[in-house]
Amino acid sequence: MASSTELELSVMTAKELTRIVLAKEQLFILDVRNESDFNDWKIEGDSIEIINIPYFDLLDGVDDSLDQIPDGKKVLVVCAKEGSSKFVAEQIIKAGRSNVYYLEGGMKSWSEHLEPVKIGELNRGGSLYQFVRIGKGCLSYMVISNGEAAVIDTLRMTDVFEQIAKEQGAQIKHALDTHLHADHISGGRKLAERTGAAYWLPPKDAEEVTFDYKKLEEGHDITVGSTTIRIQPVYSPGHTIGSTSFIVDDQYLLTGDILFIESIGRPDLAGKAGDWVGDLRETLYSRYKKLSKDLIVLPAHFGKVTELGEGGKVMARLSDLYKNNPGLNIQEEERFRRTVTENLPPQPNSYQEIRQTNMGKLTPSEEEQREMEIGPNRCAVHDK
Amino acid sequence: MPDIKVNQTLDCKGLACPMPIVKTKKAMDQLQPGQVIEVQATDKGSLADIQGWAKNTGHQYLGTTEEGDVLKHFIRKSSPNEVKEEKKHPHVVSNEELHQIMASNSKTTVLDVREPAEYAFNRIPGAISIPLGDLESRLDELNREDDIHVICRTGARSDLACQWLAEQGFKKVKNVEPGMSEWTGTTEGNH
Repeated sequence: MASSTELELSVMTAKELTRIVLAKEQLFILDVRNESDFNDWKIEGDSIEIINIPYFDLLDGVDDSLDQIPDGKKVLVVCAKEGSSKFVAEQIIKAGRSNVYYLEGGMKSWSEHLEPVKIGELNRGGSLYQFVRIGKGCLSYMVISNGEAAVIDTLRMTDVFEQIAKEQGAQIKHALDTHLHADHISGGRKLAERTGAAYWLPPKDAEEVTFDYKKLEEGHDITVGSTTIRIQPVYSPGHTIGSTSFIVDDQYLLTGDILFIESIGRPDLAGKAGDWVGDLRETLYSRYKKLSKDLIVLPAHFGKVTELGEGGKVMARLSDLYKNNPGLNIQEEERFRRTVTENLPPQPNSYQEIRQTNMGKLTPSEEEQREMEIGPNRCAVHDK
Repeated sequence: MPDIKVNQTLDCKGLACPMPIVKTKKAMDQLQPGQVIEVQATDKGSLADIQGWAKNTGHQYLGTTEEGDVLKHFIRKSSPNEVKEEKKHPHVVSNEELHQIMASNSKTTVLDVREPAEYAFNRIPGAISIPLGDLESRLDELNREDDIHVICRTGARSDLACQWLAEQGFKKVKNVEPGMSEWTGTTEGNH
């Protein structure tokens, strides 16, 4: 059967979409999910133009909406899983348009895509990788040195970490979580089980966990590979009572959900906003100030795509954050208290169930875990 | 939870988006205004989509129950003139007045003439349910001497009920306006 290739529906993967967002290539997105899902969370990027028309308003055809879809531009149709986006994209093609794609796996696969980005070399050999979960704004890290690796704030998609370790010829020896996460399901325990690595948690966040773990404590450095790559835990409460930062190789400060590039962590997700405000302020305005200003801050989240730098890297010098981050420049204590306890963004979807899962108290299926994590991370006080 | 009477049950179990909505739309086109459809689906996303679709098309989303993995969505097909229908029954009380009457006299009868599915999800505690279409056959459940306040969603169906009851010799029937659509007092329902 003859068919014009121009008028064929094309598929785009989350990886390709990530490349387009990072390269700031022009793309028009038609999101056909319902309005509330769209308003809650959508694909963002400097070069992305996006509109929302629910698929159920397009069941009788796309003719009435064609004038909203630019002709000649690359068009990506997106929905929750992919069924409706295919259905709508096919109609757009039938209406005579070309260069039309649908997102493979929909927003689910966008939420789960992890992009490995190399941050830099370590002083005595080895390297540090950042894993950008672009659709949800989560960041993980891998320290690789001399055949060994440590993963920090492991995300649920553990195969990506295993894959990179394998490519680098390294064995994963440690999985560390900066804190008990409330916005995503930690892959730390699973990765540790699969690779035989040790799973490290801050003991104050782990009081209710149902499994064995190793205690992260100040003064007990963790060594990766050659004897010199140190991970120094720095107790830094505020987002959670146990939150612990790591200094890696005397160069990098992994701040977890305490300090982000354009915002600071919120203290309310374990239900203790009032109690932890003081800890958060102490960490940000005193503890971190005593550290070297040349440390490169690597957070566990980003809030906006504007925080993505060259190649997708999310990083900044500590001294620059003290100059530019609004959360580090609130001099009055009372105003700080109000900023981090009032008018906070909505809490992340299913955050209570996610905390229970990370404690080992709930064991949802893969599909349920996926559903629980859908949506933005909302761990910073300025995310709206 | 007791079964909710519906005019049609549509099986969309196992179907992925967009099929549950495509099938619902098709089925809805065949229904008469006022009739209620039950859509059974296993796709969790169908909940928000059914609500969004109903809102955009003007059909009345009533509610959803969950049985195991199956979501049962209840939607009522709206009639175009439902809100604007001319009202003729002379005795009318407002939602606020009914609220006060109920507070001072617990014996007053509230008759809800909406469909069973509407009643199931959101009703005034103690209200009697007799859908407008069943009123004739179930008339003996009511007492002609009672104070009866008839309520529906917007006051249109209850108006028809009031007129008909008055013709049957009921002396003290009053229509509640606007009705459940703006009821701010206590309600109960199956969820």
